Amino acid sequence: MAQVSGIVNEQTSTPVSSSKSITLRISRYNPEHDDSSKFMEFNVSYEKWTTVLEAILDVKKHYDHSVAVRYSCRQATCGSCGMIINGKPRLACFTKISELDSNVVTVEPMNNFPIIRDLAVKFEKLFDSHQKIKPYLIRDDTELESDQKEFLQTPEEVEQYIQFANCIKCGLCNSACPTMATDSSFVGPQALAQAYRYVADSRDKGKDSRLKIIDDSHGIWRCHFAGSCSQVCPKGVDPAMGIQLLRGYLLGFKS
Amino acid sequence: MRESTIMKIHYGTALAAVALVAVHILMRLTMGYAESLEYENVLANYKFVPYAIMLELILILLAVHGFNGLRVILIELKQGPTYEKAVSYGCLAGMVGLIAYGSRTIIMTNMGMV
Repeated sequence: MAQVSGIVNEQTSTPVSSSKSITLRISRYNPEHDDSSKFMEFNVSYEKWTTVLEAILDVKKHYDHSVAVRYSCRQATCGSCGMIINGKPRLACFTKISELDSNVVTVEPMNNFPIIRDLAVKFEKLFDSHQKIKPYLIRDDTELESDQKEFLQTPEEVEQYIQFANCIKCGLCNSACPTMATDSSFVGPQALAQAYRYVADSRDKGKDSRLKIIDDSHGIWRCHFAGSCSQVCPKGVDPAMGIQLLRGYLLGFKS
Repeated sequence: MRESTIMKIHYGTALAAVALVAVHILMRLTMGYAESLEYENVLANYKFVPYAIMLELILILLAVHGFNGLRVILIELKQGPTYEKAVSYGCLAGMVGLIAYGSRTIIMTNMGMV
């Protein structure tokens, strides 16, 4: 109890006296006890710079410390705080309440992921799929020769893959993917985009092994090019384009 | 067979079927549409060997494309090794069955057995 009152007495990031407020609806669900999820509503004051994550953390401090949410960096770098905000997958730390233009902000856990509790979801499958496509440079000559300095690339070669290197593994693309909603074995846009990132890298020699991995009955061919993954990416990665470019290799249009 | 090979066949059969079905539809326009569907005219089409071969090709192309499409839809709806194997072999059997039944119709009509 002492710990709880300590949290309550802590200074909040959002002034309580703020003139503007919204209703924050948080999805609550504990798979161990609940049959279905339910929403709890909280009246939260905000400023124009207040993010959804800050609002959730205010709820934790003032109203209900048991709300489960995963977060870390608060600057759209760690990819921990992905959730469905007003029906769209977004990073809570990268979404200002003021930009939502709504008096009611509804937060739910990401789709297509098993729920741990409330807003926290399991990332095991995302990371397994990511690991499966060998997300590292594969070369025969792992050691540099004494007269070499580095594996040089031209700006054009870097341009081929650099946007895909911005992926922070937040899982928003997988959450938005309509194929992932029905096909639980689908490798997903995140892993496919990362497969392209390494296949398109001129330093990498592991193209054939990667293409073999994604050329599966639940691999790249199950993408219907809905493009939802690209729409929701907070880092400007275009997984849908990466998937189409990757298909070019498998169909023989690219080598 | 690798999925990329299957999908190459899938896309190829779609393109070829579009071309041949276009020819098939254009042939309907060589006379009045209703007239082209009269019993004698339909039989005449089947008895004209090049046209019968084209119909056979359309049958094969659409059966291969359609049943592979059905397989893709079904494995996206539900997953599991036994289920997926059943879907794959079921669709293959359906494809072979449809081609066999359609070929029988084309061959029998061409030979004047109908």
